[in-house]
Amino acid sequence: MGLKSNLHNLKLKYQGTKMAPAFNAIHTFLYLPNETTHGGTHIKAADDLKRTMNIVIMALVPCLLFGIFNAGYQHYAAIDAAKGVIREASLFGNFITWDNFIVGAWTVLPLVIVSYGVGLIVEFIFAIIKGHEVEEGYLVTGMLVPLIVPVDIPLWMLAVAVIFGVVIGKEVFGGTGMNILNPALTIRAFLFFAYPTWMSGDKVWVHEAVERAGTADAISGETLLGAYAQNSSLAGIDYMDMFFGFIPGSVGETSKLLIILGAAILIFTKVGSWRIIVSTLIGALAMGLIFNGVVDAGWIGESSKFYGLMNVPFWQHLIIGSILFGAVYMATDPVSASQTNKGKWIYGFLIGFISIMIRVFNPAYPEGVFLAILLMNVFAPTIDHYVVQGNVKKRMKRLKVKTA
Amino acid sequence: MSNDIKISKGLDIKLVGQAEKKTDTAIISNFYTVRPEDFHLVTPKLVVKVGNKVKAGSTLFYNKENESVKFASPVSGEVVEIERGEKRRVLAIKIKADKTQEFEEFGALAASADADAVKSRLLESGAWAFVKQRPYDVIANPEVQPKSIFVSAYASAPLAADLDYTLAGKEEELQAAVSALAKLTAGKVHVSVGKNSNSPLSNLSDITLHKVSGPHPSGNVGTQINKIDPINKGETVWTVSAQDLVIIGELLLTGKFNAERIIAFAGSSVKSPRYFKTKIGAEVSTMVYDNGVEQDGNDRIISGNVLSGKQVKPDGCLDYYSNIITVIPEGDDYEFFGWNKPIFNKISTSRALTFSWLMPNKKFDLNTNTNGEHRAFVTTGNYEEVFPLDIFPLQILKACKYQDLDEMEALGMYEVAPEDFALTEFICVSKQPHQNIIREGLDLMYKEIG
Repeated sequence: MGLKSNLHNLKLKYQGTKMAPAFNAIHTFLYLPNETTHGGTHIKAADDLKRTMNIVIMALVPCLLFGIFNAGYQHYAAIDAAKGVIREASLFGNFITWDNFIVGAWTVLPLVIVSYGVGLIVEFIFAIIKGHEVEEGYLVTGMLVPLIVPVDIPLWMLAVAVIFGVVIGKEVFGGTGMNILNPALTIRAFLFFAYPTWMSGDKVWVHEAVERAGTADAISGETLLGAYAQNSSLAGIDYMDMFFGFIPGSVGETSKLLIILGAAILIFTKVGSWRIIVSTLIGALAMGLIFNGVVDAGWIGESSKFYGLMNVPFWQHLIIGSILFGAVYMATDPVSASQTNKGKWIYGFLIGFISIMIRVFNPAYPEGVFLAILLMNVFAPTIDHYVVQGNVKKRMKRLKVKTA
Repeated sequence: MSNDIKISKGLDIKLVGQAEKKTDTAIISNFYTVRPEDFHLVTPKLVVKVGNKVKAGSTLFYNKENESVKFASPVSGEVVEIERGEKRRVLAIKIKADKTQEFEEFGALAASADADAVKSRLLESGAWAFVKQRPYDVIANPEVQPKSIFVSAYASAPLAADLDYTLAGKEEELQAAVSALAKLTAGKVHVSVGKNSNSPLSNLSDITLHKVSGPHPSGNVGTQINKIDPINKGETVWTVSAQDLVIIGELLLTGKFNAERIIAFAGSSVKSPRYFKTKIGAEVSTMVYDNGVEQDGNDRIISGNVLSGKQVKPDGCLDYYSNIITVIPEGDDYEFFGWNKPIFNKISTSRALTFSWLMPNKKFDLNTNTNGEHRAFVTTGNYEEVFPLDIFPLQILKACKYQDLDEMEALGMYEVAPEDFALTEFICVSKQPHQNIIREGLDLMYKEIG
C-alpha cells in the first residue's frame, strides 16, 4: 500500500462529508486527481489553475528573496546614515550577507507566514461551509501581500486585513473568479485606510525606524518617493540603485530588475497578459511626459508643492515607487482586469496614467498605483462592455445591410 | 469560382493512432441500434413494435413535434428490443439484421425533379435526419427555406477520418446529392475542401467551392459559415456532413437507403488503426476487438472524435452521424505532483512548465484525465487564441450560464454549435464544460424563442 492508494482510500472515506474539501485540498496538492472527462471533450490540455497560479508564485520568488536581503540592508544602511556614513551598495560586498539575511528573514518571513496562514484558514472555512473545493486564488494573493506592505507592519494588523480582504474582497462574491477587486490590493487598501500611520510616512519603510524614532539612535525610514514629494531626494542613491532595488520601500517592490525578470516569466509562459503590462507602462510614461511638459512650459514654479515629482524625468517614474510591480503582478490579475484583449489595452493604459497622476497630486501619500488599480478594477467591466458592444453592433449592422 | 479561407487562430491536436489508409470490411454486425438521443430535441414517436420486420429505410419513429421528419432503420431485420428509460423515454431501438438485406424501394428520382419532390423524398426515406440547421444545431425544419447550405469536406479534428479517402469514387452520389440540395435553397451550396487536398467534391457542379487552410477548427462547418456567410437573426442555414451526402445521393439515384459508410478506427489504444466499411448503428464490438484494443484494457471507446464524440460502451453502437471510432486510454489515475512538475507528454497552449510548444510536430498519447479540477472561469484571453469565429467566447459562455437571452442573441448565439467550443473546452484552465454550456444555452433559446 503506497501513499497513493492510502490517500485514495481516505478520499473515498471522506467523500460527501463536510471535511471533504479540506482533505481534497491537501490530496490534490500532492497528486493530480484521478478525475476523467465526462461529456464534452474526452481529452484536456495539461494546464489547470494550480499550475497557472504556481507560475505566478515562481515569478514572485525572486522578489521575495531580494526583499528579505533588502530589509536587512536598508536597516543597516539607515543606521550607518544616521551616523553620517553613506553606504555604496554592492551586491556581494554589503548586500548578500548573513546579517542582512537574518534581519530580513526575521521581519519578512513572519509576514509570509501570517499572510498564508490566516488567508488559507479563511479559505478552508469558506470551502467547508459552502461545500466547494479550496480554490487556488489565495496561493498568489498570499504571496503578494507580504511583498506590498512595509516591513514593520504589526502582524495582528496584517491578520485583520487578510481576513477582511479575503472575506469582503473575494468570498462574499463567490470565491476565486467571482471577485470584482484584486484581493491583495483590497488587503492593502484596508491597511492603508485603517492604520495609515503604519502604511505611510517617513518612518515605516525601514526596519526599527519607528521604534527608534525620538531616541538618540533614530534612523530614517523614508522612501525615495516620499522624499521627491517634499522636493528633496535621498542621499547616496543613484539610478542604478533604483533599478536594482537597493532603496527603501515595500518588501518586494524595490528591485525593478527582478520584476522585469518576473514579467518575462509571466509573458513567456502566457500566464500574465503582456497587453496589460505594456499598456500600463505606456500610460505611466504618457502621464510623466505630460507633467514634464507642464514644468517645461513654466506653468508651475519651483515653489509649487507638486514641482518635485512633476520635474522627475518621465522615464524615472518607472524605477521609483511600485508602478512596475503593480503593472506586472497586480494589474494582470485576470479576474479583476478587463477580459477582452482590446479592453486590456485601455485598462492598462488608464492604470498607468492615473497612477502617476495620483503620485504627483497626492503629497500626503505619494504612491497611487494600488488606488489606480483598484479604481480600474471597478471600471474594467465597463470597458469590457463597450468592447463587446463593438462586436454586437457589427452583428446588428450585418443584419441591417441584409434587410435593407 | 474558388474562394480561399485562411484560419490563423486554432490548434491542431496531433495524436498517436491516425488511421492508416486501408479499408477492412468489418465483421457483419448482428445487431444494429438506433438511439433517438443522437437527434437532439427530437421526441420520438415509435411506429414499430418489438417483433416487427423492417427493411433498410423503413421508418422506425418520427418526430412528435414535426411528423413529417421520419427516422429510418439502417438495415433490414427484426426489431428485437426497445430500451426505455425514465418516463418511458425511448433510449434505443435494437434491430437484429437479416442475412440478406432488403431495401425499402423509394424509386430513383429524376435529376429534373423539383424542390418539393426532393424534399418529400428525403423526408419519407428518413434521409432528412442528415440535414441539420443552424441556429440551434438540430435537425432542419423542412418548412423553412435556408439562405444557404454548407458542406465541409475537410476534416481538421484530431485523428479525423480523411474525407478525401473515405469519399473517393463517390463523385456520382455526391453530385446527385448537392444538385438536389441546391434546389432547396434560394442561396448557394457552399462546399469547403482542404487547400491541398484532392477531394472528390472539388469538381462538382452546382456548388460554390471554398478552399480552407489553417489549424483546427478550420474544418468545422461553423467556422466556415462564420467566414463565408455568417448567420443573422432570423436566418437559417443548413449543414450536411460530407459522408452523409453519399447516402442521400445513393437514395436519389437508386431509391435505396443504404446506411453504409467508411469510418476511421483510430486512437492510441488501437493496435492497427485503419478504416472500416460498416453501417450506421453497427455494434462497435465488431470493430474494436479485431486487431484493435485489448479485451480487458482500461480504454474509452468514443463514437466520434475525441473532442465532440460520445462515449460508448464496448457493446454500444456507432451513432447516426459519426464517421470515426476513437479509442484512447482512460486516465483514472493519480499523478504525483502532476500540477507543478514540468510536463512533456501532454498538450498545452501555454508554456507554464509545459513543453509541447517545443515539439510542434510530436504526436501525443493523451488519456481522459481532466488534468485538474473544475473551477470558476479565471484566466482570460486564452480562448481567443484558438477560437476563430468573430464572437467573444468567454462572454457568450457566461451569458449562457446566467441565461440572459438578449445577451446570448446579441453575442451571436444563432451562429454557434457546441462543437465550435470544443477547442476552448480542451484548453480551459478551469475545466469548464463549454460544449454542455452552449448546448444548454441553445436549448433554452429554442424553448423560449423557437
